[in-house]
Amino acid sequence: MRLQFILSEIGLGLRRNLSMTISVVLVTFVSLTFVGAAGLLQLQIDQMKDDWYDKVEVSIFLCPSDSDAPTCVGGEATADQTEALREQLESEALEPYVEQVFYESKDDAYVAFQERFADEWWAQGVTADQLQASFRVALVDPEQYQVVSDAFTGVTGVEEVRDQRQVIEPLILVLNRSSLVAAGLAAVMLLAAVLLITTTIRLSAMSRRRETGIMRLVGASNLFIQLPFMLEGAIAATIGAALSVAGLWFGVRYLVEDWLAGEVQFVQYIGTDAVWTIAPILLVVAIGLAAVSSVVTLSRYTKV
Amino acid sequence: MIRFENVTKVYARGARPALDAVDLEVERGEFVFLVGASGSGKSTFLRLVLREERPTAGKVFVAGRDLSTLSTWKVPHLRRQIGAVFQDFRLLPNKTVFENVAFALQVIGKPRHHIMTTVPDTLELVGLGGKEKRRPHELSGGEQQRVAIARAFVNRPSILLCDEPTGNLDPTTSVGIMRLLDRINRTGTTVVMATHDDEIVDQMRKRVIELDNGQLVRDQSRGVYGSTR
Ligand SMILES: Nc1ncnc2c1ncn2[C@@H]1O[C@H](COP(=O)(O)OP(=O)(O)OP(=O)(O)O)[C@@H](O)[C@H]1O
Ligand SMILES: [Mg+2]
Repeated sequence: MRLQFILSEIGLGLRRNLSMTISVVLVTFVSLTFVGAAGLLQLQIDQMKDDWYDKVEVSIFLCPSDSDAPTCVGGEATADQTEALREQLESEALEPYVEQVFYESKDDAYVAFQERFADEWWAQGVTADQLQASFRVALVDPEQYQVVSDAFTGVTGVEEVRDQRQVIEPLILVLNRSSLVAAGLAAVMLLAAVLLITTTIRLSAMSRRRETGIMRLVGASNLFIQLPFMLEGAIAATIGAALSVAGLWFGVRYLVEDWLAGEVQFVQYIGTDAVWTIAPILLVVAIGLAAVSSVVTLSRYTKV
Repeated sequence: MIRFENVTKVYARGARPALDAVDLEVERGEFVFLVGASGSGKSTFLRLVLREERPTAGKVFVAGRDLSTLSTWKVPHLRRQIGAVFQDFRLLPNKTVFENVAFALQVIGKPRHHIMTTVPDTLELVGLGGKEKRRPHELSGGEQQRVAIARAFVNRPSILLCDEPTGNLDPTTSVGIMRLLDRINRTGTTVVMATHDDEIVDQMRKRVIELDNGQLVRDQSRGVYGSTR
């Protein structure tokens, strides 16, 4: 009886304020989509950091035979120069920073190159001599790249010191900024959602003042009086959350997995499973929104 | 059943008290008329019993409970023992007679089978048998008030409070309502009725409590409306 009664009251309330209900659904939908987008961007950033920061190495490219760099006027790096560099890398001064040093000779580079571009027709024409030897330096702390870079930039026989992080960092920065923008928009939209849900519940409570007045008079408990309003808000917000999860899922599925992954291949992308990771958070936010709004409103409108 | 100990109610700071040091006791099963000029504090008295208001000073006891120490979450339980009827009926216009009465039981979580048996019994008792499916606007004023009484009584409260229940009704209809209230009283329910209706009070010859500007000025068993001082 209780449950059935409460459900019918809820249905009544939702239908009575149909346009308000729809607007609550839409506002939570949009705001949670922004929240979710911000969350997904963060997941993407984390994934890229995880993927890359571990693998990130500082590459010290040795001079090839035909370099224009001022440090390479002496032509190809000699065995002595290479040995000196290795010693310096393994010296005590750099020990706290350097985790591991790996020397990639021209032949190694050639093997790796052929492996990587095995399917490309143009790779066939490349010979080992066209490639260059390098030291691959794994750092204890990837943030400390500058120390190694300073030590080797400008040294004779070194064409270039390159930190792979420099390639990724701008991308991560862009993503971070977008995530911030999304979070900012989300905050504004969430505020709008709270205000709208508050108004909706208030209207709903006012339009049913007669009923709630009688309920109080005959001794219905506070919870019983307030529950339908709370659930109304919660249901509308939950539908909004479900829509946003669906929206994000389709977004990731078709924009990221199908399109972006095909266009820009060097990045590992998040997949639709990431959407499922943030879906519970969105749901909790939605229900939290509704709960906060109803507590604020109902304590005023349905007092004993 | 109801005891007021030196109860004073002041609504706005500095205003004249709506009730002024009222001391009185209503026994279980009594029928009491509450009379007095407009603004003398009758409705305030009833609201204090329902704990819709709290006294500024003094203590109100209802069914053995001290309302000043009753916590807010227990108020609903107090109200389940009190039925209330008003001049303006307060029915839900889009519910049928049956639904209006059943509503009072549904919202306190009574099981369906209980509702299905109690509501028809109560409607029969108030003389509305056969009109279960009507809506309030399809009923006369007297019938609407009977629905309101049925709703107030359907949970078999030990106290029935009536605030001018015949205020909107013509004399003949009022007599019918009074008979009904009398019948309910004879089932053991304590009835307190605020009224301006002198004919009814004079006819019924019940206990009469008169308020004047918030003060209790007369408490007379088998009394009449007009003061006999
Ligand atoms: N909610 C309120 N706030 C402020 N003053 C109030 C309130 N309710 C009643 N009063 C004042 O308290 C006094 C008593 O009012 P009450 O309603 O108890 O009178 P009453 O005897 O029921 O009058 P009536 O016969 O017209 O219904 C009046 O002066 C009224 O103005
Ligand atoms: Mg009054």
